[in-house]
Amino acid sequence: MKKVITGDHAVAIGAKLCRVEVVPAFPITPQTLIIEHIADFVSDGELDAKFLTMESEHSVMSAAAGASAAGARVFTATSSQGLAFMHEMLYATAPLRLPIVMANASRTLGGPPGIWCEYNDSMGARDSGWLQLYVEDNQEALDMVIQSFRIAEDKRVLLPVMPCLDGFVLTHTVEPVDIPGQEEVDSFLLPYEPDIILDPKRPAMIGTFMPSEYIMELRRQTAGAIESAKEVIQQINNEFAQKFGRDYGGLIDTYMMEDANTALITMGTVTSTSREVVDELRQEGEKVGIIKLRFFRPFPSHELKKAVSNINALGVFDRSISYHGGGPVYNEVRSALYGMNIPVINHLAGIGGRDVTKEQIMKMFELTQKAANGEKVNDIYWHNTRGETV
Amino acid sequence: MITIKELSDVNLFTAGHTACPGCGVAMSIRNAIRVLGEDTVVYVPASCAVVFGTTFPYGAWKVPFFHTAFENTGACLSGMQAAFEKKGKKVTVVGFAGDGGTYDIGLQSMSGAAERNDDVLYICLDNEAYMNTGIQRSGGTPFGAWTTTTPVGKVVQGNRRFKKNLGDIVAAHEIPYYATLSIGHPLDFIRKVEKAKNIRGFRFLHMFTPCIPGWKMDPAKTVEVTKRAVESGMWTLYEIENGEKRITHKPGKMKSVKDYLMMQGRFRHMSEEDIKKLQMWVCKKWNLHYKEKGAPDVCEILPPVEHHAVTEEHREMHGP
Repeated sequence: MKKVITGDHAVAIGAKLCRVEVVPAFPITPQTLIIEHIADFVSDGELDAKFLTMESEHSVMSAAAGASAAGARVFTATSSQGLAFMHEMLYATAPLRLPIVMANASRTLGGPPGIWCEYNDSMGARDSGWLQLYVEDNQEALDMVIQSFRIAEDKRVLLPVMPCLDGFVLTHTVEPVDIPGQEEVDSFLLPYEPDIILDPKRPAMIGTFMPSEYIMELRRQTAGAIESAKEVIQQINNEFAQKFGRDYGGLIDTYMMEDANTALITMGTVTSTSREVVDELRQEGEKVGIIKLRFFRPFPSHELKKAVSNINALGVFDRSISYHGGGPVYNEVRSALYGMNIPVINHLAGIGGRDVTKEQIMKMFELTQKAANGEKVNDIYWHNTRGETV
Repeated sequence: MITIKELSDVNLFTAGHTACPGCGVAMSIRNAIRVLGEDTVVYVPASCAVVFGTTFPYGAWKVPFFHTAFENTGACLSGMQAAFEKKGKKVTVVGFAGDGGTYDIGLQSMSGAAERNDDVLYICLDNEAYMNTGIQRSGGTPFGAWTTTTPVGKVVQGNRRFKKNLGDIVAAHEIPYYATLSIGHPLDFIRKVEKAKNIRGFRFLHMFTPCIPGWKMDPAKTVEVTKRAVESGMWTLYEIENGEKRITHKPGKMKSVKDYLMMQGRFRHMSEEDIKKLQMWVCKKWNLHYKEKGAPDVCEILPPVEHHAVTEEHREMHGP
C-alpha cells in the first residue's frame, strides 16, 4: 500500500511492522514525529508495546539497555544533542551485544545551536560499536528499520544498529512510500529469541567488571562481530530485495560506475541530487558515476576498493568536519584506499543544513575531474562557504 | 511476615566476594536479597558493589545481574521492568545504588522512574560519600565529615553542608513506599524489605551502610555504629506508605551525637563549635521525627562526653 508520508512517519511505521516490544522515548527536533507516531500506535492499540516516556536521552538508552538485556525487541530514536547525551550508553550497549535499533535524525550537534541536517552528531559515535547507515529517501528509511532488526539480531552480529535519516530533508518531507504488509514483514523478521538474557530461571551476569586480563578479547570479539556484519548486511539486502522488490546494494550502492573515470562518494539525500547531475554530465559525454556510501560502520573498505579500481580520481562528499582538515568520510576513504594511486578530493558541503545544489555537485565533479586529468587541485574544498573560492 | 528463623539460608549473594571486612553495603545486599528471593533481577550502577561482586571471571550473584553505567539506575530498572511486563514474567526488579548514584549523578534517573511510578524497587545504599573512587564528598555526606574533597585544612575543616534530605525528595514524588533501614535493626530491616517487595509501583528503600575505610572505623563495629547513629538521631527509622509517615523505631533517650562521631575517624577532627552545629541539626531532625504533639522540643547538647573505649562488657552486650 502506498502512502504519502514523512521520513519520521516511515520510520515509525517500520518500527511498528517489526513488532517492537519496548520503546523508551524522549523528544528532540527533528526526531519528534517518530515517537509521536509510535505513541499514537500504542495508544490506539495498533502496536502492542511498552512505550516509556523517559526524562532524558541518557535514560532512554539506559532503559533500552535494560529492556534489551531482559530479552525484549527495543526501538528508539534520537538526534544530535540527544545522541551526544546518550553517548556513554552507546559504548555500554554495543560490547554487551544488545541488538537495539535506534533511528537518528541527522542534525547539527551544537554549538552553535542549529536543528538542520549535519552528520557531526552520528560521526562522533562511529567508534562506539554501533552499526551506522545513512538513507536516501523515506522508502529506504522504512525498509532499513526492518533490515536493521534483522542485522542487529543475527547471531553472527548481535550489535545495535543506527539508521540515520537527514533531518528535515527527510524527517519532515513527505514522499510516496510503499508500506509492506504485516505478514510479509513477519515472514522476513521472526520474533527475537536471544540466548543470554536476565532470567531468574537461568541467572546470568551481564556487564560485569572486566579487568585487563580479559578485556582485549572482548574488544576483539566486538570488532569481529562488526567485520561479520558485512556479509550479513549483504545477505539480508539480497533477501529483502527478493521478497520486497527493492535492492539497495548492501554496504554501498553505485550509479553509472561501470565505465566511469571519475566518481563521487555521496551519503544520504545528496545522492538523489547527485544522480541528476550524473545524468546531465553523462549527456555531455562525461564518464562520471556515484558511489553511495550506505554503511559507515562497518566501513566497506573492500567494496570501495573494488568500486574505484578503474577510475582516475575520486571525490568524497562530507556533511561534517573532523577539525583536522577534512571530514570523517574523507579520512576513512583515504585510509581504505591506501596504496591505490587515485587522487581523493574532499568536498565539504551542506553543513548545518545548508542546501546542496546541483551547481555545487557539478563543481565537485569538475574539481575531481581536474584531478583525474592530472591538474593540480586542493585536497579539501568548502563548497558554498563565505570566504572560500568554490 | 517472615521471621529471622524463616529467612532462607541460601545465599543469593555468596561468600567469596571481595568487599572489605565489615562492609555495610555487602551486609545490606546479602540480607535484602535473602528476603527478596530467587525471582529477582538486580541492577547495580558503578560502585564498589560492581567491583567486589562481579569482577570477571568471578561473580557473587546467584540472581541475574546487570550493570552498564553510574547515573542510570532508575532508567535501567524501568527498561528491565517494561520488558518483563511485556513478556508476562513476574520478577522483582531491584537496583542497588550508592548515595553518589542516587543523591547526585543518578538523581534525575531515579526521579524519572519514581515520577512514572514504575513497578521497581530502588535501594539506596547510603555510605555518605563516593567510596569506590576513594572517599569523596557526595550530597549524602554529613556536616563536618572528612573526605578527600572536604579535607581537614588549615582554613576549612571537613564538609560544610548538611546531609541532603533525600527522603523528602523521594517522598515528594508521591510514591507508594519509602522507608529508611539499618542493619543494626534486623527485624525492622526484614519487615521493610518484605513489605517493599509486595507493594506494586515505585518503592524506595534507603539503607544506612557504614564504610570501614571511608568512615575510618573498626570493622567489627558496623552494626554498633549503625545502632549509635539511630540512638543519636543521625539516622532515623521510618516509612512513608501512600503519603502516611510512620516512625518504625523510636530510640529511648536521645544520645549525644558526639558519642556517634567519636567512633569514626572521619569526624575526629571536629571542633566543639562544629559538633554543636551538627548537634543542633540532629535535634531539629529528632524533633521533626519523634516529638509527640504538644511535647516540648528535645535537644541534648551536653558538655563533651569522653569517648569511651570498647570494653569486654561492651562486646558481650553488642556481640563481636
